[in-house]
Amino acid sequence: MRNVRLIARLDVKAPNLVKGIQFEGLRKLGDPNDFALRYYQDGIDEIYYEDIVASLYERNSLLDIIEKTTRDIFVPVTIGGGLRSVDDVAAVLRAGADKVAINTAAIKNSNIISDIALRFGSQCMVLSIQAKRQGETWEAYFDNGREHSGIDAVQWAEQGQALGAGEILLTSVDREGTGKGFDLELLKAVSDRVDIPIIASGGMGCAQDLGDAVTAGGADAVAMAHVLHYGICSLSELREACQSQGIPVRHGLHVDNECAA
Amino acid sequence: MNFVTVIDYGIVNLGNIVRGLERVGARVCASADPDKVFQADRLVLPGVGAFAAGMAELSSRSLDRAVTEAVQTGTPLLGICLGMQMLLDHSEENGSHRGLGILAGGVKAIPREGVDGSRRRKVPHIGWNALQYPPHRSHWQDSCLAGIQHGEFCYFVHSYMAVPENPAHILAQCNYEGLAVNAAIGRDNVTGLQFHPERSGPEGLKILEQFVRN
Repeated sequence: MRNVRLIARLDVKAPNLVKGIQFEGLRKLGDPNDFALRYYQDGIDEIYYEDIVASLYERNSLLDIIEKTTRDIFVPVTIGGGLRSVDDVAAVLRAGADKVAINTAAIKNSNIISDIALRFGSQCMVLSIQAKRQGETWEAYFDNGREHSGIDAVQWAEQGQALGAGEILLTSVDREGTGKGFDLELLKAVSDRVDIPIIASGGMGCAQDLGDAVTAGGADAVAMAHVLHYGICSLSELREACQSQGIPVRHGLHVDNECAA
Repeated sequence: MNFVTVIDYGIVNLGNIVRGLERVGARVCASADPDKVFQADRLVLPGVGAFAAGMAELSSRSLDRAVTEAVQTGTPLLGICLGMQMLLDHSEENGSHRGLGILAGGVKAIPREGVDGSRRRKVPHIGWNALQYPPHRSHWQDSCLAGIQHGEFCYFVHSYMAVPENPAHILAQCNYEGLAVNAAIGRDNVTGLQFHPERSGPEGLKILEQFVRN
């Protein structure tokens, strides 16, 4: 039994929560702390904050938000966006983050993956891959899906695992913000090749998409943004939908007493 | 007032366990001073990262002796995640390493092979899992899990697992893809939690509250 994690993804352009379509055309939605607290009270499994401008303008604006958030929220918090060094990682962990998601810095120098894993543990090192379809394969992008790396996204996931990443946050650049469902072929291609947990991101539009990401894509967790921010689905509806599809989630009613030795 | 000393041996994100304990009404101080640790009313040994590194950081500050001696005098001790694993005699994480030896037993890797041999179990075990009674138990009233319902979900993140020699020292287990993982262990004044109560929502805070009040 592996319970699928429901993760709220909050893209932040400090001080606001924003949401875009395919990383472009941003809309301000409000104070990210208010959203995070509401999701916590509704039973979210994890919170993921992404500072969507840090990596472009060489600044980090999330520390205040993390500190404020973790005073009231007692579920895991992951931070991504613009983290360039082991010292940057130490700063966000000190502010209250549990894990970090690294994309651009790892593409520029993959050693940062093992540096972070060795210093803080693999459990804290999430490799963020922004994958864009190129025919039959996917290419890893960075700087919020603007820059292409020439790296094959599936091979990059395997390399990331070998270097010590503990999880992969796999975002489809093509589906991000569209609500058209996850890129299931991308998920499947990566989940077939790595053993570490995979977080599906980009494209969730309804509860069925979540089920598909798990059953057809092999995802271990699902990151959701606009379905939550715009109130399209509530967390309790999503949990019920998972249970009716036989997908185990936290607060499920399937306590199973058979612990094999 | 309930005073709790969180043992500070160089972990960067000590803040979350401190905030969790404060939320349930404890007066918390983080300390790397062996004298303060020995004299503490209650001790929390947090931890993330590798076993050998954690033990080295403890012993370089003489905190290993301070914790062990405090426990012998009856100080309540709560070990969390790596802090739980270090309570045992030894670990096989990246070689063979000695632990604090407060509870007899060892720390082993979570096997990747499923029960049927064909399934691949993902490691690390990351996520929420339900706390269950081990075979010899039917309640948690005598532990800091008192007030937690059988089947309550807590947040786990680990690649290794604690295996006490004495099955009576297992307080709770969870089922990770067919494998019984020890979720809580303990005896007398010592408790170890594999999951993170400070990251397990309101129910996790309830466990911290029980520890602080007992």
